[in-house]
Amino acid sequence: MKQFEGLPREIIALRVAQEIKDNSYVNLGIGIPTLVSNWLEGRDVLLQSEIGMLKTGALAEGEQVDQDLINASSQPVTEIPGTAYFDICDSFGMIRGGYMDVTVMGAFQVTEKGDFASWLNPSRGLDGIGNIGGSMDLAVGARQLFIAMEHTTNDGQPKIVRTLTYPATAEGKVNLIFTDLAVIEVTPDGLLLKEIYPGLTPKDIQSVTEPKLLIAKDLKEIEL
Amino acid sequence: MNKVVTDVEEAIADIEDGATIAIGGFFAAGVPRTLLKALIAKGTKNLTLACGSGPLLGAVGELNALVKNSQLKKVIDSYGLFRSATKGKQDPFEQRVRSGEIELEIYPMGTLSEKYRAAGVGIPAFFTPVGSGSLVEEATLTNIGSNRKRKETRVIDGRTCLLEYALKPDFAFVHAWKGDSEGNLQYRKTARNFNHVMAMAAKVTIAEVEQLVEPGQLDPDAVHTPGIFVQRVVNVPRIAFSITNL
Repeated sequence: MKQFEGLPREIIALRVAQEIKDNSYVNLGIGIPTLVSNWLEGRDVLLQSEIGMLKTGALAEGEQVDQDLINASSQPVTEIPGTAYFDICDSFGMIRGGYMDVTVMGAFQVTEKGDFASWLNPSRGLDGIGNIGGSMDLAVGARQLFIAMEHTTNDGQPKIVRTLTYPATAEGKVNLIFTDLAVIEVTPDGLLLKEIYPGLTPKDIQSVTEPKLLIAKDLKEIEL
Repeated sequence: MNKVVTDVEEAIADIEDGATIAIGGFFAAGVPRTLLKALIAKGTKNLTLACGSGPLLGAVGELNALVKNSQLKKVIDSYGLFRSATKGKQDPFEQRVRSGEIELEIYPMGTLSEKYRAAGVGIPAFFTPVGSGSLVEEATLTNIGSNRKRKETRVIDGRTCLLEYALKPDFAFVHAWKGDSEGNLQYRKTARNFNHVMAMAAKVTIAEVEQLVEPGQLDPDAVHTPGIFVQRVVNVPRIAFSITNL
């Protein structure tokens, strides 16, 4: 059981979208990050998809569906004015080469050093193999890496931890963590609690977070 | 120069048991389905299919047939299993990976695409920072324990980098929208993905094309893969398929 009720997934995504500046190139991972695109309409933010597409449009429905046009999560998408297609090496050139302003990914666990785990759930019992996809390349190349996730597991275990117990995606790469309960920045001194779900206290957040939290001087409620 | 072969059977006639074949496509987009169907009909065994991002999940009917016929020895991929654990448990391919009957070797997607590119451009190996600090750094990620080879690393500009080798398949199956008889290819939308780099990488590239045209009928400024990388061209029908739910 979760100890605290916080933001629904859609609204975590909204908070992430607010943090993305106009004129940014952005890659969104699977899960809550995908929902961020719902809040970027009318914004000057260009989405990249690993499959080889820049400036992806909204999800395609009905007659818009084109079997030659999907995103990296295998969803049919649409083309919009300014869309570009390219091959996979160009796509990962953009990603690994450091051209993505912001990358948003989900995670099983994040540490106070900015390490995170997202690609392999050990409970699947596949003995150290799983789907890496583009996650490690995206993490290495991101100028800013945001993690969007639930603060705890469904049974209330902290996902912000001292040491990863799941296999790492990358080390020391996370900049900001957005959860249903808080916004937390990864700083050289540790995790800085910056925003908090209305009605909760820093003590509440600490009780579901393993590493010691630093409290921002201008700590505020999550504003949407 | 004329690289056109009459049908897919002729196109793959010289593929023998034990071959390594690159398979273009990213999930359902741009998968060489007709060549895969011919490979199933031919019954070639002990195959290594070198993929990029789940083309066999995108053509799951073909994957199931290859598994049922026991044609696969190994699959190389970055995303070779269903995302849903429930779906995965019921998937015949994943079951044989779990039992060790089929080897599954996994790389980060960008590293894998660069392994093909390296093969295509005559670079035997390269260093990349991707995978540092993860299981990828320790050894080859494979379900077959005896094939987990340790990786060489080197610190470059303060970052730990992994040495990755070029991956040169015997054959590549690629799917293009248009192709001319001399092997120039043009892809459509996100169906390009791994097809171009795999055409560069393989010793013998076989391109299935939805529209076969004469030299001069493709805009020279709009050729994605120059014909020098393509050895055989075969005209195939445009097949309607459903987009895989992972």
